[in-house]
Amino acid sequence: MAPRVGIVQFPGSNCELDALEAVAALGGVGEILWHGDATTNGVDAVIVPGGFAHGDYLRPGAIARFSPVMGAVMEHATAGGPVVGICNGFQVLTEAGLLPGALQKNQGLKFLCTMVSLRVTSKESVLTSEASVGDVLRVPINHFEGNYTCSPETLAALNDNDQVVLRYVDNPNGSVDDIAGICNVDRNVVGLMPHPERAISDLLGSVDGLPLLRSLLVSAGLGAPA
Amino acid sequence: MCDHGRMLFSVQVEVSLREGVADPQGATIERSLPHLGFDGVRGVRVGKSIRFDIDAVDQAAAQAEVADLCRRFLTNPVIEDATITLTAGAGSAS
Repeated sequence: MAPRVGIVQFPGSNCELDALEAVAALGGVGEILWHGDATTNGVDAVIVPGGFAHGDYLRPGAIARFSPVMGAVMEHATAGGPVVGICNGFQVLTEAGLLPGALQKNQGLKFLCTMVSLRVTSKESVLTSEASVGDVLRVPINHFEGNYTCSPETLAALNDNDQVVLRYVDNPNGSVDDIAGICNVDRNVVGLMPHPERAISDLLGSVDGLPLLRSLLVSAGLGAPA
Repeated sequence: MCDHGRMLFSVQVEVSLREGVADPQGATIERSLPHLGFDGVRGVRVGKSIRFDIDAVDQAAAQAEVADLCRRFLTNPVIEDATITLTAGAGSAS
């Protein structure tokens, strides 16, 4: 059976339909999970998509983490279920404590909307298992607060545990150690600022998001490609 | 005084970036000041101020509740600190 992927929709999300489209293109079944419903409906994987959840008031993700659905997402993650937070979704996952660190304003104080190159630095995660270490992927970014920061102790732990899964080739936003994406210790929760769901077709300028999202679907039960 | 013997406090929370956390807004402001003729300004840090009223049995209880509220919601402790100022009596929100 095709894996079911739940895509959270907060008031202010704006990438949920792109994620839905990407999941379908890869052979999964996507369904929207409304933020006000305290359930993940038994899906196999969860995507917390990009956007401006709850207007990003106070801080990006600060209010979204209290949405009823997040309790269910936490339970899903704690039980080992795959969770990927993209852009604003990454911010939500750090605010919720599912991933360490925080995302602050870009170093150059500019909203960045451009294609960047990412290097895969670990394939041991639900988002990178189908990629290879050293792969360089072209994936767009679209954010103002994507400057990943954490304490020196947290950074050391991330590196020691091989939790940095994606790094920028040319750091666009000041993120510490060029970090573009990280996973948790159990490797089933991944957050990244770039948008793989916007790099799934030549029409969009890149197909390099496909191996990343295919990894997620494989972790959710999709048969490996022949 | 509020009902039931509780006291009203006016609260000001100043949220600032923790020491050592880069502040691109502050740095940009600082860099621009000499162009306007303001020399000698340094250490610019940008934060935000949040005001509200709270009722509690006494000042210590109010302080403890606001500190908890700051830790769990108003700040991200990874990058931000809160400075809390309590004043007895209603503030702007009364």
